[in-house]
Amino acid sequence: MSFLLTQAVPGDPVTANLGQRASEDPVAVAAFRAANGLDKSLPEQYVTYLGNLLTGDFGTSQQTRNPVAADLAEKVPATMELALAAIVVAIVLGVGFGIVAALYRDRWPDQLLRVLSLSGVSVPTFWLALIAYYWISFKLDLLPAGGRLSPGAPTPPQVTGFYTIDSLLAGDWATFGDAVSRLILPALVLASFTVGVLLRFTRAAVLEVLGEEYVRAARAKGLPELTVVRRHVLRPALLSVVTVTGVAFAGLLSGTVLVEQIFGWRGLGAYAYTSALALDLPAIMGVSVVVAVIYILLNLVVDLLYGVIDPRLRLS
Amino acid sequence: MSEPLLQIEGLRVRLASRSGAMLPAVDGVDLTVHAGEVLGVAGESGSGKTMTALATLGLLPHGARTEGSVTLAGRELLGLSEKQLRSVRGREVAMVAQDPRTALHPMLSIERQLTEHLRHHHGIGKRAARDEAADLLDQVRIPDPKAALGRYPHEFSGGMRQRIAIASALAARPSLLIADEPTTALDVTVQAGILRLLDRLRRERGLAVLIITHDLGVLSSIADRLVVMYAGRVVETGTTADVLGSARHPYTHGLLDALPEGGSAAMRPIPGSPPALGAVPTGCPFHPRCASAQDGCATEVPALLQIGPGRRSACPVDPYAPAPQEVLA
Amino acid sequence: MSAPDPLVVPAAPLAGDVDVAVAASRAGEDRAARTLTRSPWKRPLAVIGAVVIVAWVLIAVFAPALAPYDPLAQGSSKLLEPSAEHLFGTDNLGRDVFSRVLYGSRLSIPLALLLVVLATVIGTTLGAVAGYFGRWVDGGIMRLTDLVFAFPGIILAMAVTAALGAGLRNAVLALVIVTWPSYARVVRGLVLSTRESDHISASRLLGSSALRTLAVDVRPTVLGPVLVLSALDVGNAVLLLSGLSFLGLGARPPAPEWGAMVSAGAAVFDSWWVGLFPGLAILTVVLAFNFLGDTLRDALDPRTARALRG
Repeated sequence: MSFLLTQAVPGDPVTANLGQRASEDPVAVAAFRAANGLDKSLPEQYVTYLGNLLTGDFGTSQQTRNPVAADLAEKVPATMELALAAIVVAIVLGVGFGIVAALYRDRWPDQLLRVLSLSGVSVPTFWLALIAYYWISFKLDLLPAGGRLSPGAPTPPQVTGFYTIDSLLAGDWATFGDAVSRLILPALVLASFTVGVLLRFTRAAVLEVLGEEYVRAARAKGLPELTVVRRHVLRPALLSVVTVTGVAFAGLLSGTVLVEQIFGWRGLGAYAYTSALALDLPAIMGVSVVVAVIYILLNLVVDLLYGVIDPRLRLS
Repeated sequence: MSEPLLQIEGLRVRLASRSGAMLPAVDGVDLTVHAGEVLGVAGESGSGKTMTALATLGLLPHGARTEGSVTLAGRELLGLSEKQLRSVRGREVAMVAQDPRTALHPMLSIERQLTEHLRHHHGIGKRAARDEAADLLDQVRIPDPKAALGRYPHEFSGGMRQRIAIASALAARPSLLIADEPTTALDVTVQAGILRLLDRLRRERGLAVLIITHDLGVLSSIADRLVVMYAGRVVETGTTADVLGSARHPYTHGLLDALPEGGSAAMRPIPGSPPALGAVPTGCPFHPRCASAQDGCATEVPALLQIGPGRRSACPVDPYAPAPQEVLA
Repeated sequence: MSAPDPLVVPAAPLAGDVDVAVAASRAGEDRAARTLTRSPWKRPLAVIGAVVIVAWVLIAVFAPALAPYDPLAQGSSKLLEPSAEHLFGTDNLGRDVFSRVLYGSRLSIPLALLLVVLATVIGTTLGAVAGYFGRWVDGGIMRLTDLVFAFPGIILAMAVTAALGAGLRNAVLALVIVTWPSYARVVRGLVLSTRESDHISASRLLGSSALRTLAVDVRPTVLGPVLVLSALDVGNAVLLLSGLSFLGLGARPPAPEWGAMVSAGAAVFDSWWVGLFPGLAILTVVLAFNFLGDTLRDALDPRTARALRG
């Protein structure tokens, strides 16, 4: 699917990669085409690509001259570290505040949180990143930023590719602190939009459950309100929240393109950007495939969570 | 007769409408229920019967205002704090709602739903509570109670779910059970079973039962006494035999005439429809639909008049009063 | 209270049913209309949003009169801090940032609206066709949406703009391609559900052609939710457009587009005013649209909410 689409994109990769003058030289063009299999027919190229995929060969990136697979192996953990940190923040803040907003419906906490939610959704992420970087890191020097580690700092031995986890595993506290402190700002910026979305959805979900007959029945049993909320209200509400979180995570990944630029985070987002700009087909395809895999895994996790939350959805 | 367990006097409930006005949903209701007795509250949708029940439990919607008195075993319930009300709910008064599909929590086990309030109100341990719950399920005739405890509501049929709901209501050992349309959402074949169950339970436990329904057939089979409500007011009271056999209020007559099997002429509906919340007619609320209405009916709100021992009707016209010779005979 | 009451039998049941249904839906619309026309003081957010949008529209229209300098005029006083002469300072080419921000509204706002309108029209049409005609038409259109959904939005937009060449026109095009499928999906769902409804079947039995049925009978159900969706999307459109421009894939220099200006601000990091003010402009516009949209969403809840969730 991705393959066909990239073929459909207008623009000749030859020109994009070789530059204007070189592409006028037929010899160079022919060599390029041969090297990249562009001289074979389309179906043949597709089959070759699939075959290569299975062996882990994503082709070679035009810009970095590395195998795409190597590029991806380096960049995917970076982005995942950032994205996971951001989604955790977004869930804690968004879902937490969403519940509060629902319970205090129409009173001042709700109004305040509504403005917060709308603001989160309205702020341009790239601008927030710039402002945060400038004021918090540069001017006020509260948090370091610009790259995943301080310049010159050693990268921890590779286990997961997450600098935070890896340095923990290696017992290297200095690097751990460094990595974490540099993660905070980008994660918060990335999370801002998602916090807004989750807040709104959680509030709506909780409100809907609050109107259900079984909640009234629980109150009629004389149970304390906290118990009613904790046991009877949260579970059904979380069901739809889980769905939204899955979708929101996808949006989060898109946000990394912007955030990674500003914070010098060498991850998938930045890679996707440079690849798209250069019409680096193998790289673009690689990124798309990885993203597709992430989506599939995400759906799996969401489905699993459904089963945990709602007994009706379990396979018995 | 002993002291009534539940005594409602002059209850008025006003609900907040969207525009902010307070509309009366219950407009001066008196009723009593004794231990071991089944009181039926009959009326169409919008007659205020459910609101009466919710007022007893303190579960009225936001912004509702109440006046009057609701006493349970001599203790005034209106005006209690939330905390005090919570000790009453489930523990002394319990409610079974209409639709068993939605009244049971879809994601909690049967055991959890039966034991949580039992343990909360009586401080019983997990094991003892589980045993009591299994016993309850047995009493409501759920097969294989121990296994049922571990299951979830969606694994049971509608009739069984209603039985479980009844068991849940009784779990914390209340003295008054309010059943709001307990059989309306069920098949006719299943209804009889539920009614028999309720009857047996009240006999075995000395439970006071308040059944709210529009279905006179249901009430005829199980209720000892009846209260007929219309537009937030009581229009007729008496024993079931009296009210259904020799109804005195035109509205009660209308209800009976509309039934397929009873009444003088089968299936004759009352013309018009019950008034909406803010649109109650002046004077007697029933007068626009009443065949026996006279001039005074549109201006004077009729009081609930005593027409016999334990028998009251709110119709000054009283078109169905027996002729004097019949009374003497 | 809503369970059918067997004791009260309406005089003519069939007509009664239809009347009740229509009255109920009209009641829903009445209620929405009433909420919207009700005291605006109850909804401060909507008022703020409306005021801000009107302000920006006025700015966009009267920018030439309001801007103290020519937005494209380069000057010798580069990277000046904000002052009385240059309210927002100057950028790296000596251009007055304030004037550029004002002129930026002439790009971002109309283009965002255009983007939403195009995506809505294309998405609604294709969705309605897919839902109504079904089978292979439906299948074909759904494959198309799947194709778009296969790629993360930004990546696809970046790729398309890169291929077509940077420029606002191409950016809008790319974003339309990326956003129309969501509308198509929603509309298709709505059409599918109403297709089975009784009054559609009745009208078809009476001989209405497909086009007529679509236009006359289906449209009312579809129109409401779709309009709400588009209204809610305008803010997002502004963010997307400026985002692409930030990446260099939208507006080409020297166009005073807000996103591109923020990008320029990132390059001259120390001169914080270059990037701050354009971003602030984006923020206020998007916030205003979202305030309005949120109020709209509230007013039409829960009927539309159900359709939107679908």
